[in-house]
Amino acid sequence: MNNTKISAERAAYLESRGRTKKLILAWQVGILVFFVLSWELLAQFRLIDSFILSQPSRIGTTIINMVQYDLMNHVWVTVYETLVGFTLGVITGTCLAVILWWSSFVAKVSEPYLVVLNSLPKIALGPVIIIIVGAGTEAIIFMALAISLIVTVLEMLNGFRHTDSEYIRMASTFGATKGQIFMKVVFPYNIATLFNSLKINIGLSLVGVIAGEFLVSKAGLGYLIVYGGQVFKMDLVMSSVIILAVVAALMYEGVVLMQRVAMRWYNH
Amino acid sequence: MDILKVVNIEQKYQAENGEITALKEISFTVKKGEFISIVGPSGCGKSTLLSIISGILKPTNGEVYVSGERVDGITSHIGYMLQKDNLLDWRTIYKNVLLGLEIRNTKTQENMERAENLLKTYGLYEFRDKYPSQLSGGMRQRVALIRTLAISPDILLLDEAFSALDYQTRLSVTDDVFRILKQEQVTTLMVTHDIPESISMGDKIMILSERPAVIKEILEIDFEMETRTPLTCRKSPKFSQYFNHIWRELSGNE
Ligand SMILES: Nc1ncnc2c1ncn2[C@@H]1O[C@H](COP(=O)(O)OP(=O)(O)OP(=O)(O)O)[C@@H](O)[C@H]1O
Ligand SMILES: [Mg+2]
Repeated sequence: MNNTKISAERAAYLESRGRTKKLILAWQVGILVFFVLSWELLAQFRLIDSFILSQPSRIGTTIINMVQYDLMNHVWVTVYETLVGFTLGVITGTCLAVILWWSSFVAKVSEPYLVVLNSLPKIALGPVIIIIVGAGTEAIIFMALAISLIVTVLEMLNGFRHTDSEYIRMASTFGATKGQIFMKVVFPYNIATLFNSLKINIGLSLVGVIAGEFLVSKAGLGYLIVYGGQVFKMDLVMSSVIILAVVAALMYEGVVLMQRVAMRWYNH
Repeated sequence: MDILKVVNIEQKYQAENGEITALKEISFTVKKGEFISIVGPSGCGKSTLLSIISGILKPTNGEVYVSGERVDGITSHIGYMLQKDNLLDWRTIYKNVLLGLEIRNTKTQENMERAENLLKTYGLYEFRDKYPSQLSGGMRQRVALIRTLAISPDILLLDEAFSALDYQTRLSVTDDVFRILKQEQVTTLMVTHDIPESISMGDKIMILSERPAVIKEILEIDFEMETRTPLTCRKSPKFSQYFNHIWRELSGNE
């Protein structure tokens, strides 16, 4: 076989694939440009009320002003709270899942509690959390934790339980202890599950943090949004939402990147 | 010297909807280096018997002795190979082969060299850094065998270890495995559904009855050959005699 020479059919196939990719990208960019442009124009010609719906150019100036003022501080507060809540949620959740996997008795006992806690809208706990840990960063982190914890536990436990039982049987033929079965088979088998749950969790933690910042109202992007709403500065609200969207996407991409590295490490 | 002695094994399984007696009054002995094929009707208790010998399963009654020592739980003397190769797909071939040693905390320099030599001897050394998904079914099964042999078992238990392979691969893999086992002088008990396979590899064939399984017969196989291999056995005129005998026993004209 000659690697340098490609058959005509393959060349055509590759070219058509390349074309489709470019077309998709063109449409994606096009839609964004169209949306921003029509928003701007509609506002310019006073067809929509830019006081309520804001307007791209005003959002732009607002963001520039915010950067000069203390935007970075607010972004950092939100990111920091999210990452702490996320990390705590993942570690605690995974540990709890390990315990439940280890002991089916504990798992059976805790099942109804997990079901109830999972379906409870955790935001309802906000006031309780604030009263217990005080209206500060801790409360916000607890909010993030409350929202992501149970999902992690259930997701990881489900993954652990669905480990190929033949693998486990094979390990036991060598006399593996339960701990060895976990370390050598069950955990590596579930690396993909772990990262799926991380991807869900980074989003959920952010939901918790923003909800917490709404309630606590001291700093962060959630605080900016609530504050902007209260004083009717819609430019500030819109700018913060857009920055939040960017921050959320970046954190998600961060998890995806970590997954790539880990997967290469484990060669999945 | 009997390397394996099974005394009066009985196994009852308890389930919600009743009790199943899988094995009854099973007693036999195996000499060092012997190859025993075990055949019997579906669901009669063959896998149960191997699980008990391996120590994974505690029998309801009876005892198993390996080299005179009572088996109670998993021992390092026994290697047990299942139908699926169960190679962990996130480990390289070499690391898969070392799994048993890791689990038993016997990953010494000497044992690792032994594993490497096994890979070399059986033509898999150049694949040591590849991953299981990059190997064919026959190669994977050989890797699984090497993983089991790496712990230097005195007795090897094979539970339909080749039944997942296609016929062609199966013939060549059983030929290889037979050579490997004779060379390493491993005593082997092999469960199979394939009568020709049981004859071509076994020194003796244990025929089990319907459940609850008892030993119907232990048939001595002798092809009167200097160096027998599974493939040469299949060509011997005695092969079909043995086949007919086992077939008659299994199709149950009691
Ligand atoms: N854990 C268990 N609990 C209850 N019954 C069991 C259990 N394991 C096996 N059995 C029953 O014991 C009997 C023997 O099972 P076993 O797997 O040993 O048979 P086998 O001869 O290996 O079958 P096959 O030829 O299909 O591999 C079967 O009827 C099975 O239903
Ligand atoms: Mg079986």
